[in-house]
Amino acid sequence: MIVGLVAGALVLAACGGAGDTTGDDVLVSAASSLTEVFTEIEEAFESATPEIDVVLNIGGSSGLREQILAGAPADVFASANISNMDLVADAGDVEGDPAIFARNRLEIAVPTGNPGSVTGLADFSRDELLIGLCAEDVPCGDYGRQVLQRADVVPSVDTEEPNVRALLTKIEAGELDAGIVYVTDVVSTGGDVDGIEISDDDNVYADYPIAVLTDAPNGDAAAAFMAFVLSDEGRSILADHGFGLP
Amino acid sequence: MVGGAVNHSTGLDAHLVVSRGEAFTLDVSLSIPAGHTVALLGPNGAGKSTVVAAIAGLLPLDEGCITLDGRTLDDPAGDVLVPAEDRSIGVVFQDYVLFPQMTVVENVEFGLRSRRVPRRSAHEQAMRWLDRIGLGDLADRRPNDLSGGQAQRIAVARALITEPDLLLLDEPLAALDATTRVDLRRTLADHLDQFAGPRMVITHDPTEAFLLADEIHVIEDGVITQVGTPDDIRLRPRTPYIADLAGSNLVLGTASAGIVTTDTQHLHIADTHISGPVLAAIHPRAIIIDRHQPDGSPRNTWEATVTRIEHYGDRVRLQTGDPLPLTAEITPDALSDLQIVEGSVVWISIKATEISVEKD
Amino acid sequence: MTKRATSWDRRKRRPPVVLVILAVLGLSVFVIPLLGLLARTPWSDLPTLLTSDVVLDALRVSVVASLGATAISAILGIPLAWVLARVEFPGRAIVRGLVVLPLVLPPVVGGAALLFALGRRGLIGEPLNEMTGLVLPFSMWGVIIAATFVAMPFLVITVEGGLRNLDPRYEGAAATLGAGRWTVLWRVTLPMIGSSLAAGLALTWARALGEFGATITFAGNLQGRTQSLPLAVYVAMESDRGAAVALSLIMVVISLTVLIVLRHRWWGAL
Repeated sequence: MIVGLVAGALVLAACGGAGDTTGDDVLVSAASSLTEVFTEIEEAFESATPEIDVVLNIGGSSGLREQILAGAPADVFASANISNMDLVADAGDVEGDPAIFARNRLEIAVPTGNPGSVTGLADFSRDELLIGLCAEDVPCGDYGRQVLQRADVVPSVDTEEPNVRALLTKIEAGELDAGIVYVTDVVSTGGDVDGIEISDDDNVYADYPIAVLTDAPNGDAAAAFMAFVLSDEGRSILADHGFGLP
Repeated sequence: MVGGAVNHSTGLDAHLVVSRGEAFTLDVSLSIPAGHTVALLGPNGAGKSTVVAAIAGLLPLDEGCITLDGRTLDDPAGDVLVPAEDRSIGVVFQDYVLFPQMTVVENVEFGLRSRRVPRRSAHEQAMRWLDRIGLGDLADRRPNDLSGGQAQRIAVARALITEPDLLLLDEPLAALDATTRVDLRRTLADHLDQFAGPRMVITHDPTEAFLLADEIHVIEDGVITQVGTPDDIRLRPRTPYIADLAGSNLVLGTASAGIVTTDTQHLHIADTHISGPVLAAIHPRAIIIDRHQPDGSPRNTWEATVTRIEHYGDRVRLQTGDPLPLTAEITPDALSDLQIVEGSVVWISIKATEISVEKD
Repeated sequence: MTKRATSWDRRKRRPPVVLVILAVLGLSVFVIPLLGLLARTPWSDLPTLLTSDVVLDALRVSVVASLGATAISAILGIPLAWVLARVEFPGRAIVRGLVVLPLVLPPVVGGAALLFALGRRGLIGEPLNEMTGLVLPFSMWGVIIAATFVAMPFLVITVEGGLRNLDPRYEGAAATLGAGRWTVLWRVTLPMIGSSLAAGLALTWARALGEFGATITFAGNLQGRTQSLPLAVYVAMESDRGAAVALSLIMVVISLTVLIVLRHRWWGAL
């Protein structure tokens, strides 16, 4: 009797699982820095096309890349840098061509009130400050190191966070004195962190590509989503959040 | 000190009052002079383990006082409480409680090592004790590998080696089988005799109490119901429990004009003057058993069914049932002559003069 | 006559088929992922990977932190277990609940809580920093603290269980023989709960070794300083699969070795 109940539950669960990916669902794997902007884009898209439900899978771009390469059932991939998209394309997982839909720049983030008295990139070599960067393989980490290299600064790093949001949270909490994040991240906190500009000479432009994936369970809806992101409405939402536009 | 206990400068003086919840209060006084053995005899649940724990220092008193050789060990009123490790009381526990992860010799030397005796000296003393009791070759064994008798003797050695001021033995022979028990009873009696201080044996076995003790204190439901020598206890039992132990029949009733009335029976007694609540005692051998209704002088006769027959060597004890359950003692010859088996119906007769009566 | 007896005996001894099938399925839950790991191992690159800086640094951090966490758990946990088992005080049930809390709390939540309490701007961390300049996160101490937080409950619970099952008469007997409280604890109580203690230490160490969520949230992630084996695996998964597998293999080998060596005590106490 009990065995019957358990077996029944397992069958139902299995059936339920299979059902989730059919129908008009689009699974979008998007970089952490796109959290707020893609949430707004998701709402706008769903009200425009109510029969399609968008599911956001947010994470560090390199982690998302590994998921896709391992066969995760994603429909769309929006990465914070081109190299991650290239790796996915090289494996033959990209349908058609990726398109750049946004640009971002980097900024120094410090806790409100700037307790570490940080004025610029040079302060990143100060030992007594607690400095955080994103992990090297995450786009934000890669860009951050490029920026520091251009400014000729050898940073005294205390932690390498797995994604930019984790880094931001620790800066917000005052547990770190400074870190390098995206301009859009500083905007998204709505004043919970202070930003210090990085000069154009040192700064790096981050190009964000988006693509539909070849094994997408719902290719048509995926294409529709990608088109929306590249549309005027999508671009206006991106601009509102501080992204540059190609 | 609370009144009633005599102050000795040696020996144990104790007045113990301990409440264990609503249901049970222990209130006993006892005194044991040096060189004497007292047995605390009672049924299970009477409070014996509470007495052991209180005297050993494992349970504080609620009221009362304990002094040993003039030293106050526990006096709630005076706010004195000496912890167990400072009381110098040697305890042999029921089931011996030998430390399982230590060897026999480590067990025996434990008391000395705890008192900072250097390792080598403690070891030598322990080995000497073991050799003296003939168990030297067991020194490196674990308690798990010992027989009951061996464990008992080692537990006694462990307690005695520290030369305590009082020896407390809790059911020292209860865990042993009948033959071992008889053997070790003699050894134990010797140990006790050789011990200079006061000694207390706690037991539920009357034979143990009778054979080991100079004085027996009977405890029932947390109070002492009789104190006396083994003969006192056996010949003049004061409660049904003690009477059962000693084998006598004890009946409670109300006396009036030569008749004791119990719940179920009238007994004719010789004493016509006594009246009021009484304790009537009938010795098992004074009960006459016959198959037929007797004629003649006995005025207490009735028919009863034999509910149990027990053989004790050259004696046979019969338990009879309603209207008044009694234990009678007859010879094996009489048993077979009368062809009595369990379930047989017999006639009981008791002479009025054989019933001794005491005011309750 | 003889033939019939043996076949009847054999039938009695074979376990029921359904039970065996379920048992094999149960075993596969543990074995199949392990096989997957072994299948992906880059055997030819293994020696270089195993001696690379990333791996050696992570190994050092993990060993130091897990042993440190175990030691702290023992020093603080045994007394706590003793109090919970032996002392009756109001609110004991609540205290016991608090001790078990890290077991049910998601480790990241634990890490966040540690950050809010002991971080630089934390409830206790801030005054601590102002007075002594000490910063706990982003340091080896942070890793040890995070690991202690999640692992100590194991020690407290197994030791408390052991103490409860201990017949108090042994400690009573030791007292009557003249042993003071510390002697009783050291020579009687602790040896008698030896197998519970060993199992508790093994579980604690294993949990401390595998800790990830609290560590990355509280202590951060920096190779050589706070990047333990689990953190290194996580980071490597996104860049260098080969290194990730090598690290995972090390963890499996270490854990299996210790657990197999302790198997007698393990089974005895659990």
